[in-house]
Parts: sequence; structure tokens; C-alpha cells
Amino acid sequence: MAKRLMFEKPLGMRDTLPFFYNQKQKARQRLSDSILSYGYSFMDTPLMEYHETVGKVSATLDQQLFKLLDQQGHTLVLRPDMTAPIARVAASQLKQSEFPLRLAYGGPVFRAQQAEGGKPAQFEQVGTELIGDHSSYGDAEVIALLVESLQDAGLENFVITIGHIGFVKAFFSDVLGEDEETTETLLQYLYRKNYVGYREAVKTLPVSEDKKQALLQLLTLRGGEEIFGSSRSLARNQTCMQAVNELKQLFRLLKDYGVEQFVQFDLNLISHMDYYTGILFEGYAPNIGALLCNGGRYDALLPSFQLNASATGFAIHLERLVEALSEQADEDDRIGIIVDDDTYTNGIQKAKEWRLQGHSVLLQHRDQIPDVSAFKDQLSKTIDLTAEGGADDE
Amino acid sequence: MSERLTIAMPKGRIYEEAAELMQKAGYELGADLDESRKLILDFPEQNIRVMMAKPMDVVTYVEYGAADIGIAGKDVLLEQDRDVYEVLDLKISPCYVAVAGLPDQPLSRIAPKIATKYPKVASDYFREQGEQIEIIPLNGSIELAPLIGLADRIVDIVSSGRTLKENGLVEYEKIEDITSRLIVNPVSYRVKSTEIEEMVSKLSEVMEEVNA
Repeated sequence: MAKRLMFEKPLGMRDTLPFFYNQKQKARQRLSDSILSYGYSFMDTPLMEYHETVGKVSATLDQQLFKLLDQQGHTLVLRPDMTAPIARVAASQLKQSEFPLRLAYGGPVFRAQQAEGGKPAQFEQVGTELIGDHSSYGDAEVIALLVESLQDAGLENFVITIGHIGFVKAFFSDVLGEDEETTETLLQYLYRKNYVGYREAVKTLPVSEDKKQALLQLLTLRGGEEIFGSSRSLARNQTCMQAVNELKQLFRLLKDYGVEQFVQFDLNLISHMDYYTGILFEGYAPNIGALLCNGGRYDALLPSFQLNASATGFAIHLERLVEALSEQADEDDRIGIIVDDDTYTNGIQKAKEWRLQGHSVLLQHRDQIPDVSAFKDQLSKTIDLTAEGGADDE
Repeated sequence: MSERLTIAMPKGRIYEEAAELMQKAGYELGADLDESRKLILDFPEQNIRVMMAKPMDVVTYVEYGAADIGIAGKDVLLEQDRDVYEVLDLKISPCYVAVAGLPDQPLSRIAPKIATKYPKVASDYFREQGEQIEIIPLNGSIELAPLIGLADRIVDIVSSGRTLKENGLVEYEKIEDITSRLIVNPVSYRVKSTEIEEMVSKLSEVMEEVNA
């Protein structure tokens, strides 16, 4: 391997320079204000976890985990998401607390490097988990809070697409019976967004023409509330019907929250092969080519930590949100005070006064400034206390 | 006002067929676009913008959202495994990926070498067959490799089989049929769903007429 040059960083790692840091900080602050206003409490977990525990049950594929060994030879992972660590905490230290739990987080997560650009190996997620509420009210609260948080962050144009994995699985088991292999194949096609492959696979199935038609019809179940009618006619068993009813009720509740214009439905949406168990959703914003946020109901995760509870939550990709907001840089509102040996004491006093009024003030000795006019240009205001400066410079 | 769609079109061999299909669906791109040196062309009256891209790169433009929609060969989709919606089989430029080599040449038993421009497709295929192979990546004239003893077999696109024949090679196994597909960026699929739905349904109608 070629010798690393001094400026290089590991693949997929990025620096956060002051401008982007400020934008991120602002977005993070606005998101956490809305999340706090819904009564969620923020918490954090370690960056490293055991591969055997959090690593195994997280929604991230094994090949995407960053793995390392501790001194005892245990395999550790850098946390690939926050949901699994929070489930661990909820099922241990917090299990005596009053449920439902409303927890929130904001911090870096890690996904193994990919050779291509635009796919960072470390990024920040801000999100929530509502643990111990298995009702549609819980689903609605989480989606409504997601919409409001994005709006509060300043995002105007976005879409949340809602699906229901329970519906898809019950529908397949109704049409295909116990044929798990075919079910798995068809789910894979939907998960991989390969509708051509799905249609081809359906055509060659050894089932009746009616059943084929029904399987193909599944692909048309996307849009607004009008799809509830057609899903009902496709749904032939109790579990399907129940899933459609859940979606209907969810939509009604989202209307009560006044956020229905941001959502659409897609019953082909499969965000993950075997993680979510009920309603799931993804959010997108124009001008950023990738997923902005996602979430859903996961009922199998907490039981793997020996806590029998249902949970739902969302995670927002903070850097992508900032990219979607593409806000202009704030005016630099720092004040500079230029001093020399004689005026330094006076400068300290002046700076103190301005700082007490809430300003950011930098005190700079004139001898150390290579270019005084460039120095002044970068600041909103400078006060030159030296003899060369003469009067105050506004 | 509906949103403008950006379409990544493959330059070269596939372009003509693709443009004809688009024209039947009501999108007039012009047959000679391919000969122009311009890479981006606007069609304001149809509310579309066309990007001319190398066929191998169409999927990349679409995955990153530089284009909303693209026309790409299934071979590229298989090789690159990118996060895009594959919504329609356009059934144009049909061919297939196959394993070929010199006649009556058994695979080397120690380290069979396969020359290809589809390393992933080739290794996936041989893994499924229970063979561990070594890949020799090449960018063109793959048929050379077995002739000069660089590789035991090649994995490549076959359309008429003429190139193989003229070089004295034979086809051993067919791996998969290839046609061009309509692909969509996952975000555009949601945020421009009306416009995309319209284009997809127009194209599917054309496809049905063609196949009827």
C-alpha cells in the first residue's frame, strides 16, 4: 500500500469545518427543541458495543459494521445506529422506569467504509424511540413529531412514505400459503426495489392466474388514502385487514395532528429484510439524492434483550438535513479589538464589556496581524485602540 | 406546474432504440442527439432535460440523484448493485451474459482464471457453481484473453455470437438474459412521483403495444 500522505484521513471520514459545524449545530438545536417539546428525554450510549449483543441485533448488515478487538479478544463494534444500544439500556438500567419510555438521542454512528464518494463512514443521527406503546397512537406521535421536527429545522419540502411490513407478509402468506422460499424471494425483490424481477418471478410461479393478478396488484398499492380501498379488496385474511385498519387509523390521527399533507403510502416499501414488524416509513427531500430519515415499529428487538415490549422511532440523518436546508452562511458577527503593548490593558477591559453584552470578541495584538485590512474585513466590526488605528473603526 | 425530469440516456448502441421508444411514448428527443457533442439538452416544452452518458455510468448518475430517471442495461445493474428502482423492462438491445472459451478446454484445476469486464457477475456465477476462480479484469476485446493464454474462460456479453465464432471461441454456459431497464432514483421516485408515474405508464403502454 502506498504511504499515507500527512493530510489523508481514513476512507469515508470527514472533517467538520467551522461553517458546517455551525449549520449542524443550529439544525441539531432546532430538532432537539421540538423533540424535547414532546416530552422526550435525551440520552447517550458508548461509541463501542459488543458485536455479540448490539452488533448482532442492530438493523445494520454485518458487512457494514466497523469491528475491532478489545484487549481480552472480544469483538467490538462502533455503534452502527442508536436504536439497538437504546434498546439495551431500556431493557436493563431503565427497565424499572415508568413505561412508555420516551427517549431521544443525537450522535455519531458508523458504517463501514465504501470506496465511493458521498457515502460517509461516520455520520450523525438525531432521533427518538417510543418504547412500550404498541398502539397506532404511538406510530402517529412518532411520525407527527418527525414532521414537526423537520419543519422546525426549516425544511419546507419533504415527503414521508409509509408502508406496513405486516400487511405484505400476511398478504404473501395468504396467497402463497406456507411457501416460505417464494415469499422470501418476492420480499427480496421488493427490498431491492427490483419491480421488473418481481413481475418476472410472479409470472413463473405455479399458482392460479387470480393469485398472480393479486401479486401483481400489490405493486399498485401506492399513493394517498385512496389505496386503503384497493388494499382492502386484496386483503383476504384477518391479519391483512388489521394492517389496513391500522394504516387507516394512523392516517386519521395524522390528520388530527395536521401533518397529513406530508405523507403518502406505499405498501411495497420494505426498508429492511427482517427488522421492522409493523408500520415503517422513509423520508425524502428534493435535491438530496439519498434517504433523509427513516423509522418504524420494531417489536422483535427488545425481546432479544429480554424485555417484552413494542417500540417505534425515527432517525434523521443530520448532515443530509443540513444539505437539504442549504442555508446561507450567517453574517460573521464577531467583534475584533486591535491592541498594542500600551493599549492591551485597556483592550482587556473593553473586550470584557462587550462580552458581558453577549458578543463574541477577539482581542488581537497588532504586531501579529499580517494584513490589517483583511483582518478587519472578516469581522462585523473592529475597534483599533493603537496609535496607527487612530479613531474607532466602525 | 409539474416538475422537470432529468433523464440519463445511454450514448452509443442503445441510444437509437431507447430514443425511438421514448418517441413512441410521446417524448420527442430526436434521433441524432447522439451525434451532437452536447452532453446536456433541455426540452422545455416537454419539461425534460436529457443527459448523454456512457452506458456504464447511467446507473451512477441515477443513484446519486444527478438524474431522476435513466435507461441502463441489466448487465450494469447486475455488476454494480446500486440503490435504484428498476421499474420497467424496456426489452431493447437484448443480449445475454455468457461464459466462453476455447473449445474442449477444461477449466484449470488449480486456479481457473476468468477474464471479464464484469468481475462481480463472474465471481457470483462461479461461486454459485461451487468453483473458486481468479478474475482478470479487462475493459474490452475480452476475446483476446483465452487466445493468448491469459485466461481459461471469459465472461462477456453475447448478442449474435459472431465475435466468438470469428475468434474460434465457443460458448460454455449462459448466465443471464440482458435487456435495458428503466431505472429511477429512490428520492425522485417519491418526490416527483406524479411525473415519473406518468412517464412509466406511457412507456408501459408502448411496451404492451410492442408485445401485443
